[in-house]
Amino acid sequence: MDSKNKNIESDWGGGNRPMKASYGKLMMWFFLITDALTFSAFLGAYGYHRFTHFSDWPIADEVFTHFPFIHGHYPLFYVALMTFILIMSSVTMVLAVHAGHHMNKKGVIIWMFLTIVGGITFLGSQAWEWYHFIKGTEKGALLIPSGEHGQKRVAHYVGAHDSYHDDENHELKSLSQDQSLDLVQAEYLDGQAVPKDLLKKNDKGEFIYAEQIFGAPLTGEYAFRYNEYGHTTFSNFFYFITGFHGFHVFTGVLINIVIFINVLKGVYHRRGHYEMVEKVGLYWHFVDLVWVFVFTFFYLV
Amino acid sequence: MGKENSTRQIWLVFWLLLIVTAIEVILGIIKPAFMVERRLIGVTLLNHTFIILTIVKAYYIVYSFMHLGSEKKNLKWSILLPVWVLIPYLLFILLTEAFYQHEMYY
Repeated sequence: MDSKNKNIESDWGGGNRPMKASYGKLMMWFFLITDALTFSAFLGAYGYHRFTHFSDWPIADEVFTHFPFIHGHYPLFYVALMTFILIMSSVTMVLAVHAGHHMNKKGVIIWMFLTIVGGITFLGSQAWEWYHFIKGTEKGALLIPSGEHGQKRVAHYVGAHDSYHDDENHELKSLSQDQSLDLVQAEYLDGQAVPKDLLKKNDKGEFIYAEQIFGAPLTGEYAFRYNEYGHTTFSNFFYFITGFHGFHVFTGVLINIVIFINVLKGVYHRRGHYEMVEKVGLYWHFVDLVWVFVFTFFYLV
Repeated sequence: MGKENSTRQIWLVFWLLLIVTAIEVILGIIKPAFMVERRLIGVTLLNHTFIILTIVKAYYIVYSFMHLGSEKKNLKWSILLPVWVLIPYLLFILLTEAFYQHEMYY
């Protein structure tokens, strides 16, 4: 065998690492590229629909306003907390990888445990967020027949009153049925006023033509078709993209638990390196990376 | 892995991510008027700021937490190039068409 063939064999005969990374790590990176493309396709599709319907697209500040144990209007705080939890769990993961490089088994155990706790906390927070998104606000919105093929349109109350201040007697008086009928006003999402006769109420004070709708229902007649926030595509994309991301977090937690058990059993210590922790770490950081983009495009922009 | 992945650097990146997120949240709550009014290619200055800050965060997560900064050059490029080429291309096509659709039907 001449020297030329020998060179070819040493280059292409296997056993080489031209990228100085193991097979497993390389494949994790390439999987993450495909996953990044998947998520950018979803967020791109979201952007497409948002730009197409931007006149009746909901404003995130007015949709996500809840914070646990506090009443009132607190936009962005809760999702900022969720972002903080995920960044924090990313830091503990990187510290676990770091401890693994130094063959510090105890360090890996502590930091991986905290990472798992962070991941579960994030999932819980997301469940809470979804619950409030589905349940909706106290006021809700009105669903009004638009006359075309039994379709309905979503409208919001504008200055709807059940009582008024009587200036002569300086007291708050509740309105009679006829009076309040005059004062109930609503406008469609595009700002057009809703015709008054569509807002008529019966003796019991219920709307005759209009219906009340709360949140973004996942079940029942109006599931995925109407919601109080605005264009339905918004809530559908919200469920789909945050759901898909949440599923990534969920699988990340599961894989973390598997690796964590192996660390406890000392599998990687016997193997002589903690590269598995590094690989699952890559996945975990990627999940954090995706959340950074979801945070921007769903809540900020 | 040497000094590049030291614990000190990890915590520095953590504080950076936290501060950038805090800036985003504050901007999102106060919404400075001059940033909302001014538009560049159909997007407000505020939204441009959000996107730039997001990319800054993404850079530090990938560079430091995922250790891409200390990988070999050919590995870096084989990961970054497909993403840098395909994602802007996809977004360009989708968003241009969306503007056009909005003008046509609304």
